[in-house]
Amino acid sequence: MPKTEFPPAIRSRPVYGVLEPRGGKSHLLIADGAGAAAILDLAATAPAEIWARAHIIYIPGASGDTYTAQLKALKPAQFYAGPSYAAASQRIGDAFAKAHMGLQVCLSGTESLMGQAMYAATSAGIPHTAIQTEHRGSTARRMQCVHCKGITENVTTDPFECSHCGLNLFVRDHYSRRLAAFQAVCVDAEEPGNVPEKVELFR
Amino acid sequence: MSAGTANINVTVAGVTKINDLVTRFKFVRTGGGELPTFSGGAHTVVEMRDGDLTRLNPYSLMSDPANRGAYTISVRRDDQGRGGSLFMHSQVREGMEMVISNPVNLFSLDLRAKKHLMIAGGIGITPFMAQMKQLAATNGLFELHYSVRTASLGTYASELSAQFPSKVHIYHDDLEQRIQLETLLDGQPLGTHLYVCGPKGMIDWVRGQAQKLGWPREAVHYEEFLAPVSGRPFDVRLAASDKTIRVGEHQSLLEAIEAAGVDAPYLCRGGACGQCETKVLEHDGELKHHDHWLSEEEHRSGKVIMPCVSRFEGKTLVLDR
Repeated sequence: MPKTEFPPAIRSRPVYGVLEPRGGKSHLLIADGAGAAAILDLAATAPAEIWARAHIIYIPGASGDTYTAQLKALKPAQFYAGPSYAAASQRIGDAFAKAHMGLQVCLSGTESLMGQAMYAATSAGIPHTAIQTEHRGSTARRMQCVHCKGITENVTTDPFECSHCGLNLFVRDHYSRRLAAFQAVCVDAEEPGNVPEKVELFR
Repeated sequence: MSAGTANINVTVAGVTKINDLVTRFKFVRTGGGELPTFSGGAHTVVEMRDGDLTRLNPYSLMSDPANRGAYTISVRRDDQGRGGSLFMHSQVREGMEMVISNPVNLFSLDLRAKKHLMIAGGIGITPFMAQMKQLAATNGLFELHYSVRTASLGTYASELSAQFPSKVHIYHDDLEQRIQLETLLDGQPLGTHLYVCGPKGMIDWVRGQAQKLGWPREAVHYEEFLAPVSGRPFDVRLAASDKTIRVGEHQSLLEAIEAAGVDAPYLCRGGACGQCETKVLEHDGELKHHDHWLSEEEHRSGKVIMPCVSRFEGKTLVLDR
C-alpha cells in the first residue's frame, strides 16, 4: 500500500511526508498497521548500521502478522509489538525520557498514531519540524467532541455520533496538535434532530 | 534609520580594563531614568563620532537583563579592524555622552528548551553573560563551554567559574585543552538547545558537528557579527535618492549611504539580520558579498546586496535606495 494522498485543506490540517534516511546515531520508529511498510521501504535505502541502534514500536492492529516477521528481520536493537497505542504509551514515554539529542524519530501509519506519538515527541523537546512522518493505511480520524471533550477514535463518517455524549457531530479539518485530534462540532444545535445524511468520507 | 529602534542618549558611567585586549563600558541614561528592558543575547548599536566619521558598531549587552539602571558591553580591541574598537579603547572616557540604539535580539534563548548548552569562543562570551544571568534568575538549566587563548586573556573566565562552578567549563588553547565536541553533543538530553558565539571557524565547526549528529536545525542557534571589511574605494549611484556617492576604503557601503544623508534601514550591521537588503538595479563589475543572510543563489543573481558588510569592484553600481 503506497503513501496516502490527501486533498488540499486548511493550514491547521497536518501534512505528512515520506520517511527518508537522515544523519543521527539512534532511531525511534513508531508505526501501526500498514505503517510497517513505510519502515520496510526506509530500510531499502537506509544504511544497514542504523538498526543496531534502532527501537521499533509497532501496533499491528488489523494488519495482524502481515509485517511483524519482516520488521524483526531488520534486527533492531529493540522491538515491541503491542495491541494499542495506550498499551505502548508507557514504553514510548520511557524511550523519549532516556533518549539523547540526535535521536531520529520516524512515525508511520494512521493519523491517530502519528498525532499521539508526535505529541509525545514534541513534549520531550523535539521540534515538530524535525520529526518524520508518512501516512499509510486507514484515513479514519481521531475526533474530539468540542462539547464534552471526549475522544472518538476511528471515525469514518460525517456526521457521526459522539461516543461519549451522543451528540451528532460534524467532522472538521481543524486539528489540535496538543490533543492529536480533529475537532467535531454539533451539527444540529439550532434544530435538534435535523441531521444531514451520513456520508462515508474516510476508510 | 534602524528599523523599529529609536536611539537612546547615554553617558559613559565606567570604563574598566579587563585584560590586554578587552575593555568594559558601562552606560547610564543621560539625565537619569531607566533604560529599556532587554532579553539575554540582545545587542545595541553604538554610535562613535570620530571627527567627520560616524561609525555604528553592534555590541552584545552583557549586563543582567533585569538591571534597568545601566547597560554594559565589552569591546575587544582589533588592531587590524576599521577603527571602531580602537576608538572605543582610546577615545571613550567616563562622563562622555554617546548615542546607542534600543536593544535588538537576534540571538535569543529558546525558552521551550529543557536545557541550554552554550559554546563560546573568546569575546563571543558576552551575549552568554546576559543569558546566564537571565537563566540563573529563572532556574533555567544551562551549561557553558568556553574556549579561551590563555588564562590571562580569558575574559570573565575566572569570574564565571566562581559564580557557576558546576556549570562553567573553561578550555585553554595554550594548555592544549579542546572542547570534546562530539562527546559533548552526543550526551545531551532530548530537548537541549545549542547556542554558539565566537569566531567563524568555531561556529562552522559546531554547526557542522551538530548537523552530522542529527541535531534539529531549530535547536542550533548561532551569532556571528561580521565586521565590515575594508576594500578599494568605489562609486555608487543611489537611484531613488538621485545621488552619486563614493565609498571610502575603510567605510562600509551602508555608512557611505548614511553619510550622504540617505535614510537606509538597518538592524544588526553585521550581515546577519537581513534588514538592510537592497536591490541592485544595474552593475558592471563584481559584487563582493560578505553577508550570511542571502543565499548563494541570491549572491550569484547580482540583483540584491547587503550594504552593511558587502562591497563592489568595477565600473558602475546602481542601487534602488
